[in-house]
Amino acid sequence: MNRVEFYRTLYRIRRFEERVEALFRAGKIPGFVHLYIGQEAVAAGVLAHYRPGDYLTSTHRGHGHALAVGVEPGSMMAELFGRSTGVCRGKGGSMHLFDPRRGMLGANGIVAGGIPIAVGAGLGLRLKGKEGVVFCFFGDGATGRGVFHEGLNLAALWKLPVLFVLENNLYASTTGFAESHAFHMEALVGAYGIPYRAVNGQDVEAVYLATEELLQVVRAGGGPAFLEARTYRFKGHYVGDPERYRKREEAKGFPDPLVLYRERLLALGVSETTLKSLEESEERLLDQAVEFAEASPWPDPAEALEDLFAEPTRNYPWEGA
Amino acid sequence: MREITFAEATREAMEEEMARDPRVFLMGEDIAKQGGVFGQFRGLAERFPGRVLDTPISEPTLVGATLGASLVGTRPVLDIHFADFLLLAMDELINQAASLRYMSGGRLQVPLVIRAPDGALRSAGAHHSKSLEALFLHLPGFKVVAPATPKDAKGLLKSAIRSEDPVLYLEHKALYSRKGPVPEGEVLTPLGQAEVLREGRDLTLLSYSLTLHKCLEAAGLLEAEGIFAEVVDLKTLYPLDWDTVLASAAKTGRVVVAHETWRFLGPGAEIAATLEEKLWSRLKAPVHRVGAAHVPIPFSPPLEKRVIPQVADILKAAKEVMAWR
Repeated sequence: MNRVEFYRTLYRIRRFEERVEALFRAGKIPGFVHLYIGQEAVAAGVLAHYRPGDYLTSTHRGHGHALAVGVEPGSMMAELFGRSTGVCRGKGGSMHLFDPRRGMLGANGIVAGGIPIAVGAGLGLRLKGKEGVVFCFFGDGATGRGVFHEGLNLAALWKLPVLFVLENNLYASTTGFAESHAFHMEALVGAYGIPYRAVNGQDVEAVYLATEELLQVVRAGGGPAFLEARTYRFKGHYVGDPERYRKREEAKGFPDPLVLYRERLLALGVSETTLKSLEESEERLLDQAVEFAEASPWPDPAEALEDLFAEPTRNYPWEGA
Repeated sequence: MREITFAEATREAMEEEMARDPRVFLMGEDIAKQGGVFGQFRGLAERFPGRVLDTPISEPTLVGATLGASLVGTRPVLDIHFADFLLLAMDELINQAASLRYMSGGRLQVPLVIRAPDGALRSAGAHHSKSLEALFLHLPGFKVVAPATPKDAKGLLKSAIRSEDPVLYLEHKALYSRKGPVPEGEVLTPLGQAEVLREGRDLTLLSYSLTLHKCLEAAGLLEAEGIFAEVVDLKTLYPLDWDTVLASAAKTGRVVVAHETWRFLGPGAEIAATLEEKLWSRLKAPVHRVGAAHVPIPFSPPLEKRVIPQVADILKAAKEVMAWR
């Protein structure tokens, strides 16, 4: 357990996201963005277990997962800016970050869209005789989709190496979980025979340890496992969300994972100097990421017609009209 | 040359590709023990243990999971019972499988084949009779193939499995029992290539899948009346082989496009519009389209026959095109 690295991941995600919010409000990031602020300990604690050969699927709120798994912040920021140097050459954007070099099979604009893909990646790993696992992140809203239930069934039936990670932040867009779901999560997951753990999603070490325990089953070939991280998004569903659906007091039940962990590290004897120096180094890295994105060229409009297929097709100009 | 059925050719393709490439696997409902809803894959599960998988009835997850498996370096072939059931999985097909390579700026590869039997056969009714290619041609990201002959059933399936891109492989249910010549040994039909099956000077009949055979029959009847029709098997609907289409249309100047899917906004509409844009001055008549009437496919045999294009409909369109001065 590398505590300083936990803190680095938490800090990187938080400060990346704060920059994204400011840059979005300044009109520099097109489209719209969903921030991970408040939930950082989930990505940091789970993905500290990522090994090369593992895969993950993410959600529309995917910046945290991408950063935690090591996607390079500069090419990620450039993607958010829509630049040609972006990790997807400007074709994905905030909600659709892919980087197979880091096992990242995609943030996904469709709620629960990553679940069947994760199950299939687990199937592919097993058919190839590979050892990796698939981290499948989704929110509470995804549990209303049919593919969530189908995916649990298939993963359990075929004992696939998938760790399902539910980030329960209480709201599917603006509708409360309890208002829109009749089932009890632990009982539901138990009905599929899948091991289940709930954890305080604001505490990175608790998340790390719960993940470690569940992964012992998954990595040993015992089939899928399910982690429910109870967490809270400190910002709206998207930047600009007027947030009329929730009360400010509700957030009090969810301590800031970054503040919480900084205090714990200091109490454990990590020096203020160590933390300050880590923070400064992250600030520089993230400043450089923004500078890189801003200095990067827009894609050539001709690139809009590239990347549909791997194999070249004959060029009939009227199809690209 | 030996003659085998369309179903036997399909099975040979699957078996040869699974033997050739250990990354290829097959999954679907009733595919392992039953050998598929039409029995076309019987015995494969015994020959390739662990690589032919029976699944629950979960089409969205089956499409999404084969997509996921393709992303990590396997080459899945997913069998969907009936093309109609593709509609259950449209998110996974279109938002995901068709789009991920593009959305990732080419970082992801999606070597995925989805097989789906389509078309009307013996009053299966509206939920088991549809031909849905137009949807997958309209929405970018799938290569769409529709073999008409046993030779191409083998050659196109093999090419589809070897393709690095998602391929929707549509086979008309009425073709399974149809026999035709298939050479021994390797048969590969390239994706994106049409073939002139019958040469003619007076008009061009463009078609594919089962309707191609109706066009060939119509061409025979027309010849008896002294009209020589050229018949082109499109085979791959995307990417469409415009070179062959334009060449034949330019040669005859009169074109009928015939397909079993609905005429309204069907592939024939796109082909007709493009031919008129590209060959306006060389066409001797407006391009005519033959396709299903704009209703769900009805159950009762005379109703089904009324809605699905018949040889007589192709003949009628051909004569209208020929009558144009």
